[in-house]
Amino acid sequence: MLRMMKKNAGLSMLALPGFLLIIIFNYVPLYGLLLPFKSYRYNLGIWNSPWVGFENFGFLFRGDVLYRVLRNTLLYNLTFIVLGTTLSVIVALLLYELSRRFVKAYQTILFIPYFISWVVAGFAFRSLFDMEYGVINRLLMTMGEEPILWYSEPKYWPYIIVIAAVWKGLGYSSVIYYAALMGIDSEYYDAAKIDGASKLRQAFSISVPIIKPMIVMLVILQIGSICYSDFGLFYNVTLNSSLLYSTTDVIDTFVYRSLIDLGDIGMASAAGFFQSIVGFCLVLATNTIVKKINPENSLF
Amino acid sequence: MTTEAATLPKPKATPGKLFIHLIFIVMCAACIFPFLVIIGTSVQSEGDIVKYGYSVIPKNFTFDAYRVILHDPTMLLRSYGVTILTTVVGSLVGMWVTTTYAYAISRKDYRLRSFLAFFIFFTMLFHGGMVPSYILMVKWLGLKNNILALILPYLISGWFVMLMKGFLQTIPDALIESAKIDGASELRIFAQIVLPISKPALATLGLFFALQYWNDWWLTLLYVEKDPLIKLQYLLIRVLKNMEYLNSAEAIEYGLVKPGMMVPSLSARMAMCILAAGPMLLVFPLFQKFFVQGLTVGSIKG
Repeated sequence: MLRMMKKNAGLSMLALPGFLLIIIFNYVPLYGLLLPFKSYRYNLGIWNSPWVGFENFGFLFRGDVLYRVLRNTLLYNLTFIVLGTTLSVIVALLLYELSRRFVKAYQTILFIPYFISWVVAGFAFRSLFDMEYGVINRLLMTMGEEPILWYSEPKYWPYIIVIAAVWKGLGYSSVIYYAALMGIDSEYYDAAKIDGASKLRQAFSISVPIIKPMIVMLVILQIGSICYSDFGLFYNVTLNSSLLYSTTDVIDTFVYRSLIDLGDIGMASAAGFFQSIVGFCLVLATNTIVKKINPENSLF
Repeated sequence: MTTEAATLPKPKATPGKLFIHLIFIVMCAACIFPFLVIIGTSVQSEGDIVKYGYSVIPKNFTFDAYRVILHDPTMLLRSYGVTILTTVVGSLVGMWVTTTYAYAISRKDYRLRSFLAFFIFFTMLFHGGMVPSYILMVKWLGLKNNILALILPYLISGWFVMLMKGFLQTIPDALIESAKIDGASELRIFAQIVLPISKPALATLGLFFALQYWNDWWLTLLYVEKDPLIKLQYLLIRVLKNMEYLNSAEAIEYGLVKPGMMVPSLSARMAMCILAAGPMLLVFPLFQKFFVQGLTVGSIKG
């Protein structure tokens, strides 16, 4: 018994620093979820600031900004999930057909955008889309077309944002699936070959079903964060141009702007609260559904 | 070189395979094209950029942009300093707290195992968001304009803990049991047995941490207003957004350029981008193997 206690104490001591950091940086901030129900005064602190009930949410829901940012956030994330997952599985399946040395070469190049920050990605996209000197506008001009004012025309941005996201994430996500494919026992394929199954047939009847649990798991995780966006993508690639907000403003950029630029803590915290709660419900819901269909694929 | 090798006919080359190669060659070209434009523009003369726009191949090759920036690189070096310091300290401390925590929850004979595992897992499902974290950092911890604000928030995260736990679970129990029979303390077992055999996983974790800290501009954006603490990536945001930033009074005041110096701002922006991002872009791909390894280990269900 004494040995048991001692053993546990040793492990607890090891886990302690991490435990404390998690409390401070993940659990203490949860207290701030009271913020949207308060009229926050900097000098009074959260607890002593007066309660205002749902007033902040009233402001949030009455304006048309919430509709805009919610629509953008959800549509972009749905596109990323569907398109991103499909493309990375396809790329992984294609890589699987090639010999190791080519895979390595292609992967190295496709991985480059993953290693850079969204700021450098902002430079990369600006070099293409810059209105005066960008490669695309210069190309349009040589062809005798009118240059396009990319950074002030919202209608092009849904495409540019999706391209940017795929460009940056494809290398990484396809590697995850490729690694899973590498783990498949080659006997399956040998058997299929004997039966005369085509490559395409093999991909759909062997490869995809085997990596399906992983696809499901990653999709659940993405659905869980469907209310969250990659702030850097929407802030840096768009140069935070306010003319583009109708198609590029998402919850995160809206919360950031309300908090830092406008100092509107009530609005920012109400939107953040909404994001946290809806996000959490979505993870639980998706996981429950998956569990019903196939318990083995569920996350928890 | 890659493309050349890829187009060479292989012994078993089939039309299908060649088509796959073609797809990848196009994808790879699209992937790196913007970077080539950045590099090409940085060595182009200002007049040519105005005339022909940004391009991959410079008409008149010049290092003017680099010369201007490196003439007095105080600010750039200081940003490098802050970035390197936060990256090294953050990665090392982060690896320690992540690995110790992951090790504890990977040990099947640890009584708090399931509680601590849930404790970290829950943070992946539910978080308070930006505003509460901001108030925590600025108001309660008072870390505005403090270098700790650029380190602390990233030290432990659910993803990294799960990644390490996935690996540490594969260590045979017998190894730890035998050490315990010899009377070694937990700390000793961890430091002398677990850490040495976890080197590949630690390399992966270290790279993830380094990448995260190196590429971070978000924490600077939120918590830093004072120049000496500005990280490279944040410096780049300023250059990216403001075309004429390198010619502005602000840039002169920060010592980024000398007063009275006319900066070739179009090429200098790109040169700045390369000076800030280039070194790491050369280093990280060398370690790609570890990333791939890490992804495979980390995908084990928690």
